[in-house]
Amino acid sequence: MADLTTLPDGDLARDLKRAERRRRLTAMMLVAPLFLFLLVSFVLPIGDMLRRSVIDTEVAEVWPNAAAAAAAWDRKSEPGEALFAALGRDIRTSAGERTIATPARRLNYALDNGRSLVLGTGRALKQLEGEPASWRATLLAENPAWGERMTWIALADAAGPLTDFYLLTATDLMRDANDDIVSRPPERSLYLQVLGRTFLVSFTVTVLCVLLGFPVAYLVSNAPERVANLLLILVLLPFWTSLLVRSAAWIVLLQDQGIVNDILQALHVTSEPIRLIFNRTGVVVAMTHVLLPFVIMPMIATMKSIPPTYLRAAISLGAHPAVAFVRVYLPQTVPGVAAGALLVFIMALGYYVTPALVGGADDQMLAYFIAFFTTSSANWGLAAALGVILLSATMLLYVVYARIVGMGRVKLG
Amino acid sequence: MREAPTDSPVSSGGPECIVRFDKVDKSYDGRLLVVQGLDLDILRGEFLTLLGPSGSGKTTTLMMLAGFEAPTRGSILLEGADITRTPPHRRGLGMVFQNYALFPHMTVAENLAFPLEVRRVGRAETEAAVARALDMVRLTGYGERRPIQLSGGQQQRVALARALVFEPKLVLMDEPLGALDKQLREHMQYEIKHIHERLGVTVVYVTHDQGEALTMSDRVAVFNDGRIQQIDAPRTIYEHPDTAFVAQFIGENNRIEGKVAMISEGLAEVVLADGARVVAEAGPGLETGADALVSLRPERIAVGEAAGSARNRHEGTISEVIYHGDHLRLRIAALGRDDFVVKAPVVGAEHLRPGATVPLGWRPNDGRALPLDG
Repeated sequence: MADLTTLPDGDLARDLKRAERRRRLTAMMLVAPLFLFLLVSFVLPIGDMLRRSVIDTEVAEVWPNAAAAAAAWDRKSEPGEALFAALGRDIRTSAGERTIATPARRLNYALDNGRSLVLGTGRALKQLEGEPASWRATLLAENPAWGERMTWIALADAAGPLTDFYLLTATDLMRDANDDIVSRPPERSLYLQVLGRTFLVSFTVTVLCVLLGFPVAYLVSNAPERVANLLLILVLLPFWTSLLVRSAAWIVLLQDQGIVNDILQALHVTSEPIRLIFNRTGVVVAMTHVLLPFVIMPMIATMKSIPPTYLRAAISLGAHPAVAFVRVYLPQTVPGVAAGALLVFIMALGYYVTPALVGGADDQMLAYFIAFFTTSSANWGLAAALGVILLSATMLLYVVYARIVGMGRVKLG
Repeated sequence: MREAPTDSPVSSGGPECIVRFDKVDKSYDGRLLVVQGLDLDILRGEFLTLLGPSGSGKTTTLMMLAGFEAPTRGSILLEGADITRTPPHRRGLGMVFQNYALFPHMTVAENLAFPLEVRRVGRAETEAAVARALDMVRLTGYGERRPIQLSGGQQQRVALARALVFEPKLVLMDEPLGALDKQLREHMQYEIKHIHERLGVTVVYVTHDQGEALTMSDRVAVFNDGRIQQIDAPRTIYEHPDTAFVAQFIGENNRIEGKVAMISEGLAEVVLADGARVVAEAGPGLETGADALVSLRPERIAVGEAAGSARNRHEGTISEVIYHGDHLRLRIAALGRDDFVVKAPVVGAEHLRPGATVPLGWRPNDGRALPLDG
C-alpha cells in the first residue's frame, strides 16, 4: 500500500486502466454475440420498418418525370399542361415497358378506382402515335377522373420520396381535394377501430391473467417446496406444447359440440349450444390461457421475497388477517403484478396466431392486418405504418404506466 | 375449561400474574412434543426471557402466546381469561420480530400509525402517539423516512416503538437483536431494558444468547427439550443452576464428575475417580451414593498464592495461557482432566506459565453439585 501511495497519480490511473482492460474486454466479448444478433434481428428491422412507413418511391421509379412534376406542383393551382404532358408520356412509356402495374397499385391505395384509371389510360395511350396537341385533353377524354383534384393530390402524395400517406391511412385520416387532412369516411375507416380492439382485448386478457394468476402465485410461493415445485411444473406445462396446438385445442373444447357446451347442456345451464369460439370469447379465453404463465412467474418471484413475518407482524399489531393482507401484503406484490401485467399486455398487443385461429372476422387484431399487408397484398408501406402506430401507442402506454407504477419498482425476476 | 390452580405462590399475595400457561403441550406432527407439560406464570411488569438452544420450544411457546400457533393440549390465560382460541389480532399483544418486519412500503410514521389505524384511533390522537413513540426511541424527525433508509439499529428501534405505540399489556420479542452486530446488540440491550423500566410493560423475550438473557431479564426461563429446566433471576440461574443442562448452557463451566459421598448442611462431598474429594453446594435432587456433576465457574477458581487455604485445594499443571486483555485464560491439567479452564486476573500473573505446577482453590459455595443427567 505504501508503494502505491507514493506513485504519481497518472501512473496509478494508468495501471488501474490496464488492470481493468482485460476484464472489460472479457465482458464485451461475452455480450458481443447477443448484441450483434439483436442489432441484426431487432434494431435494423425496426429501423427499416420506421423508414418504410414514410418512404414512397414506387411511383417515382416508374414515372420519374411525372413524379418530379407532381412533387413540384403547389397542390393548389389547376395542374398545367406541363404536368399532364409529363404524366401522359410516363404512362405511355410504362405501358410499353409493362411496368405500369406498380403505380397502378400504388394509386389504387389512395383512389377508389385508381388501378383501372391508370391501366385503362395506359392501354389507350399505348395506341397513341406521336405527341398529341394537348395531353390534358387526351387524358381527360380517356378518363374524366384526370380532371379531378383528388387524383392529382393522390399522385403528388405518391410522388415521394417522403410521404405521410401511410401513416395517415393507418390512423384513418386522408388528404381531401384541398390537401387538408380529414377523417376518412366511416365505411373506409378501419384501423383506429382495430387499434382500439387490440388494446381492449389485450387489456381484458391482462386483467383476467392477473386475477387468475394471483391466487396461483400466492399458493406456489407459500407452499412447501415439494408442492411448490409440482405446482410450478403445472403452471409451465403450457410452454411444453406449441402455441398452435394449444389454440387448436381450444377450438375442440369450445366448439358448439365441444366438451364445454356438452357439460353446460348436461347441467341444463343452457338448452342449446352457446357460441364460445370464433368470437371474442374464444380469443380472450385462448389468449388468457397462453399468456397466464408470463404473469404468474414474476408474481411468484416477488411473493417469494416477501417474508411471512410481515403478515404476522400486521396481525400481531391488531389487523384482521384480511386487512393485513390488503394493507401489508398486497402493496408489496405490486412490483411483480406490475411486471407480469406489463409483460402480458405487451405480448398480447402483438398476438396474431391465436386470434387468427379462434377469432371471428371482427376479432382480428392489428398484428393480423400487419401480416396481411406484408404477406398477402405486399403493401409494405401500410404494414410499416400500422407497426409504427402500434409501437408508438405501446410506448405511450408504457410511459403512462411507468409514471403510475414507477419503473424502478417493476421486478421481472 | 379448568379452574386456575390456587396453589401457586404467585397468585396468592405476590405480584399479579398476567399470563398463565396451564399444562400446555404442543406437537407439530402428532408424534413429537415440541413443548411438553408447560406450566408458566408470567408476572405483570416483569422482563421474562425464554432462553434455550434452537429446537428447545422457546419460540413455539412465544408463538402460542402470540396466537400464531395453537396449543395441542392445555390452555393459556391472559389476565384470567382463556385466550387459547383467540385469534392473534384480538389478543392485543405487541410483537417485535427478528427481521424487524417493518412494512417497506410505508414510512416510519405510517408503520407506527398502523396499529392505531386498525384500532380506529382518531387522527389527532394517532399523531400524538406516533410522535411520543418516536421520541421514546430517540428517532424524532425520522417519521417521513422509509425503513430501508434507516440503519439496522434504527429499524430495530422503530419495530420496538411500533410494538409499544398502542400500549399493549404485553410485548413479545422474538430474538429481536439477532440481526445486529455485537456492539450494536449490546447497546440495544440496554436501550430495551431502559424502555421496559420506564414503561413498566411486561416483556416476554426469546433469545438463544445467554449474555442477553442475563443482562436484560428479571427472570430467565431456561428451555431444553420442550421443558423449562429452571426459571429464576439471572443471578440465581448463573450461580445456582438446578440442573446440569442449565449449568452447562449458561456461561462457561468446568465439569467434575464423581460420586456423592455425603450431604450435610446443603454441602455435598463428591469423590472423584482418582480419590480426590470436592466439596460443593448440593443442588436439588442430589442423593448420597448417586453420580454427580460438580459445576465450577472458571472465574471462581483462585490460582497460586490466592488459592490460600480454601477448603477445596488441588494442584494442577498449566498447559496453555491465553491473553484476553482483561483476563488470562488458563488451561490446566487437574483433577484427572486436562481441560480445566481458569480465568485469572492479568495483574500478578507473571509466574503463570505453561508447565508450571500451581495450587488451585475455591470455596464450597462456588461449586454446585448436580445430579448427572444422561
